[in-house]
Amino acid sequence: MKRFLNFVWKEFLHILRDYRTLLILFGMPVAQVLLFGFAITNEIKDAKIAILDFSKDNVTKEISDKILSSGYFMLYENLQSPKDIEPAFRKGIIKEVIVFEPDFGKNLERTGTANIQLVADASDPNFANMVIGYTTSIIADYQSELSKGKTLPAMINPEIKMLYNPNLKSVFMFVPGLMSVILLLVSALMTSISITKEKELSTMEVLLVSPLNPFQIIVGKVIPYLFLSLVNSAAVLILAKYVFEVPTVGSLPLLIAESTLFLITSLSLGILISTISNNQQTAMMISLGALMLPTIILSGYIFPIENMPVVLQILSNIIPAKWYIRIVKGIMLKGVSFDYIWKETIILLGMTLFFITLSIKKFKIRLE
Amino acid sequence: MEDRYIISAKDLTKKFGSFTAVDKISFEVEPGEIFGFLGANGAGKTTAMRMLCGLSIPTSGKATVAGFDVYKQTESIKKNIGYMSQKFSLYEDLTVKENIGFYGGVYGLSKQQRKEKTEFLIDLLKIQDARNKLIKELPLGWKQKLAFSIAIIHEPKIVFLDEPTGGVDPITRRQFWDMIYEAADRQVTVFVTTHYMDEAEYCGRISMMVDGRIAALDTPAKLKEQFGVGTMHEVFVKLARPQSA
Repeated sequence: MKRFLNFVWKEFLHILRDYRTLLILFGMPVAQVLLFGFAITNEIKDAKIAILDFSKDNVTKEISDKILSSGYFMLYENLQSPKDIEPAFRKGIIKEVIVFEPDFGKNLERTGTANIQLVADASDPNFANMVIGYTTSIIADYQSELSKGKTLPAMINPEIKMLYNPNLKSVFMFVPGLMSVILLLVSALMTSISITKEKELSTMEVLLVSPLNPFQIIVGKVIPYLFLSLVNSAAVLILAKYVFEVPTVGSLPLLIAESTLFLITSLSLGILISTISNNQQTAMMISLGALMLPTIILSGYIFPIENMPVVLQILSNIIPAKWYIRIVKGIMLKGVSFDYIWKETIILLGMTLFFITLSIKKFKIRLE
Repeated sequence: MEDRYIISAKDLTKKFGSFTAVDKISFEVEPGEIFGFLGANGAGKTTAMRMLCGLSIPTSGKATVAGFDVYKQTESIKKNIGYMSQKFSLYEDLTVKENIGFYGGVYGLSKQQRKEKTEFLIDLLKIQDARNKLIKELPLGWKQKLAFSIAIIHEPKIVFLDEPTGGVDPITRRQFWDMIYEAADRQVTVFVTTHYMDEAEYCGRISMMVDGRIAALDTPAKLKEQFGVGTMHEVFVKLARPQSA
């Protein structure tokens, strides 16, 4: 045991000494979370709009106030005539112009209908769509308030509710994916590199000749990275919670247990890679090419699996991260209990056992 | 097998598929002897050594190292031997002190023992100023001497050196051999493979390996006499390239 602890300590020294790698290991997750959270966003916040009000009555004022107080929109300017609309967009600042027809309030009172025009800058079609969608639902909301006191006409308003992500926050979607990529990267890539490094420098021979047994060597190599990855995933969770207000709805112990399982899957993959590669470059290429890329593309991290061709959908089943992402989404966002994710858990467990058996076999062959 | 030998091998064989890397080698080594294993690359030196270190299980034959069987007692063998390979077995990104501490710990020295050993080695090698330097900052010759000192840090009965002096200048090599002699004086058996023929002269006895077999085994002086030549180099050439050449 003392021998083993001594070995683990040496591994920590290696990691601590290589401060550049350490910086990447800890800096990368933080940078990614912040990047995805702030820069790559598809939600609307304070979008600048202009209003062209031909009517200027109480109703149009109420609707304008409602839209502007929603938090999604900010009034940039009031326009005076239709010919101002184009120049306003040209400046590239405003995303939408709302036009109320003359006598808007009167028309609504007398005939029950009134016209409003929404003009959006569709040079960014996705964003334009969202802007229109948000505005329409605010107006619909106003409409329903208006018709509340009256018995007739009973207006039917479609109510849109976004389950699990009421504000359509994109952070919600990428946190689980990011966790899996970080855990995979740190565990698989770093372990495979650290084991092949010993092979390359031929210190592995010396270790094998020493009283340490191969099992102790492998486990000793893995433990520091297990520890690092746990710290990393905690960092992602804390950032997600306090910077982006992504709550963990479900049980935290369950999340930690499932994450540890996925960690062991990744670590066993790392060991497997190290047994088939003879130098650090090969190990890195295999980890990045054969592990990271399919994980990012096929796990549902960025591209929804449901939209893929059938072949790729089937292929995605062999990606461990796919199952882990499902588990994390379930626990974090929906707060499900183990009853709902036991299937995914068993699949991960099976994969882990498979990789461990395979790498032990490979490792023994190499020793011969 | 007799107990007075620290290493004894009888018909030791290792096959990889149909290729026979080591073919029925037999020899004995006495305690405190410096035993040289010579041969061209691919002659089977390293494979033979790996079997004796417990790294590789023989295909057939018998062998004991420090009284332990190479088939069944590899763990006991590992505790009683030291090992240094052709590349330096030190960690470049750790300091001198950390390397000594790590290997001391691997061989089960207590904290106190490790501390004493560290001070002792630093004094011995006269590297007081370098104790907290990373290994990669040290000159080659220092690293080599340190590697050897670490290989015998746990005072093993036998130390295996696999081409230990590759790539260093003759003066450093000479100093390195002085360390080997000192170890042998303390009754540490030294088992060394090499292909430097001048080094062969330093060994007590030499076994010449050709194509997996031991072609000759004796003291350097007797080998030279037997082949009627003046240097070990010529002995080697005669053995490795027989009449056909």
